[in-house]
Amino acid sequence: MTAAGRISDILWRNPRLLLVLLITPPALWLGIIYLGALFALLAQSFFSIDEFSGLIRYEWTLKTYGDLLRPANFDIIRRTVVMAALVTVASAIIAFPIAYFAARYARGRWKAVFYLGIMLPLWSSYLVKVYSWKLILAKEGILSWAFETLHLTWLLEGYLAIPLVGGNSLSVSPTGTFIVFVYVWLPFMILPIQAALERVPASMVEAAGDLGATPAQTFRTVLLPLALPGVIAGSIFTFSLTLGDYIIPQIIGTSARFIGLAVYQYQGTAGNIPLAAAFAIVPIVIMGLYLWWAKRQGAFDAL
Amino acid sequence: MTRLTKSCSALAMLAMAAAPVAAQVTEIGPGEGQVNIIAWAGYIERGETDAAFDWVTAFEAATGCMVNVKQANTSDEMVALMNEGGFDLVTASGDASLRLIAGNRVQPINTDLIASWSTVDDRLKDAPWHTVDGVHYGTPYMWGPNVLMYNTDVFPEAPTSWNVVFEEMTLPDGQSNLGRVQAYDGPIHVADAAQYLMFHRPELGITSPYELNDDQYAAALDLLRVQRRLVSRYWHDAFIQMDDFKNEGVVASGSWPFQVNLLMGEGLPVASTIPQEGATGWADTTMMHVDSAHPNCAYMWMEHSLASNLQSDLSVWFGANPAVPAACTDGRGMQTAEGCTANGLDDFDKIRFWTTPVSACPGGDCVPYYRWVSDYIGVIGGR
Repeated sequence: MTAAGRISDILWRNPRLLLVLLITPPALWLGIIYLGALFALLAQSFFSIDEFSGLIRYEWTLKTYGDLLRPANFDIIRRTVVMAALVTVASAIIAFPIAYFAARYARGRWKAVFYLGIMLPLWSSYLVKVYSWKLILAKEGILSWAFETLHLTWLLEGYLAIPLVGGNSLSVSPTGTFIVFVYVWLPFMILPIQAALERVPASMVEAAGDLGATPAQTFRTVLLPLALPGVIAGSIFTFSLTLGDYIIPQIIGTSARFIGLAVYQYQGTAGNIPLAAAFAIVPIVIMGLYLWWAKRQGAFDAL
Repeated sequence: MTRLTKSCSALAMLAMAAAPVAAQVTEIGPGEGQVNIIAWAGYIERGETDAAFDWVTAFEAATGCMVNVKQANTSDEMVALMNEGGFDLVTASGDASLRLIAGNRVQPINTDLIASWSTVDDRLKDAPWHTVDGVHYGTPYMWGPNVLMYNTDVFPEAPTSWNVVFEEMTLPDGQSNLGRVQAYDGPIHVADAAQYLMFHRPELGITSPYELNDDQYAAALDLLRVQRRLVSRYWHDAFIQMDDFKNEGVVASGSWPFQVNLLMGEGLPVASTIPQEGATGWADTTMMHVDSAHPNCAYMWMEHSLASNLQSDLSVWFGANPAVPAACTDGRGMQTAEGCTANGLDDFDKIRFWTTPVSACPGGDCVPYYRWVSDYIGVIGGR
């Protein structure tokens, strides 16, 4: 009997050994590369920084987490969470009809066109997209020009005059940040909703109609609950991606920091790795809470 | 895991930091083939942005040391990169250099090994931002003012005061400056506000914009909060600022001569000035990492930075002043005596150079830099 044959026999007699052999490399990979890095990050957040030399003091302390609650830092967290929530809601509202059309009506070639249309923006560089949005939204950009041509400048200016959402131009306003976030993350919302809608049998919608439900009732009591897992899956993408992004708020918006940007600046610019790590823990905690809530809502039951 | 190992080695380094300062290099051997430099944008040009400005290829040909440049946008970024390691040299400004020395990130320089040390401007040789207890931690590189850049269509005459970026007002073209001015996205900008107050509110008793007591600091922050209302977006990337002057309707901002020169080169209606309040400025030093892996190439670069066309051509390119005054006149590059005067060679005493604010200042208790960092983030966030 050859060596290979013997090994094969041993593995056949001991299926558990085979399982261990197969699962060890990916488990090590996940354990060391992913969890190890995460743990190292978590550990950093319990250190603090020497405020003059910028070197890290390796003593266990909760001081860095206390810093998170300072008004300026707490603002950053609140700002990011509100933005992520708004982006998620807007993405869901925009994505649902698109996904519905794709799942119900698009056939054959149109389906291909639809997939291409959704995926195409994902193929170009993220930075290129964001910089083009900077030009589109700029004070002397194409959108302002369009409003001017339509004699609607008053409308744009009126909107930009609203505190909290407005600014000197769309490109430097929170609205601009919002628009670009929605644009960039929309595909991640459309695709899961579409997948969920395709699994809803058409007969159920028809049955609801036969039993006298209005279209609104059908949507509320049949379609939405059945498609909810898709919406929640999409919202996990858009919400967590917005929570962590640090490029868009740097280029579009008011310069006010977001969590990702704060992590980037405290780590890369100020060398304050403990505070950056503490900031990085925030989205993890928020996402943990969100997933827990989603599970309680039964979002994962259909998976 | 690597993070963990890093933390451990950093711990070991901390333990070693208690030992005396690392010995300096005593002789220069053959080059190691490369040198890694952290530099400001536009500081190390190899003829790729503009073929006429090249002070790298000749050095590489002569020494065999290939120059790798890592561009940094702020002093904090430079300190962070140096803390991370893997670099030989950094062109550190005064608000970074002392932090690097305090953190044992840079090593003392043996000036005997740098033939052109004697040609360095006497005002810079023992400058406090790179010389501590008589020990030199680098060779002076370049210095200059933070100018006020303005749009000449809006300002037919140069603004005489920094108030155009600090207080709401009507500009010469009849419109408000709201949303049309910018400010630097770095905590050191607090010093610009303090310098403005030094001139306009003498009762505060500010003697140096980098040494502020709590009251003076609070007044500076209040001024910056007013500025927050005027500024749509702060600038930290030179090229994004240039884009904002082109497309975003920005007409005035604190800036570097670098952006002014590039925009003028593109034919945009901009110019720069130093208003009556004076200006903050930078004086940069080439400093050497304590664990430099290519010390010979690093020393060769330091000598090159003082002796070659670099000083002269860079001062033209950046609109700054050479650390070697002879570079203005001896024809080693494009700079002329008039050019140096225009860049402010004679204004050395009017410029307040970037320095890291520390709590132990000559006047007693001052607000230290880390509070500048967190408070400036707060101000930008609308606090």
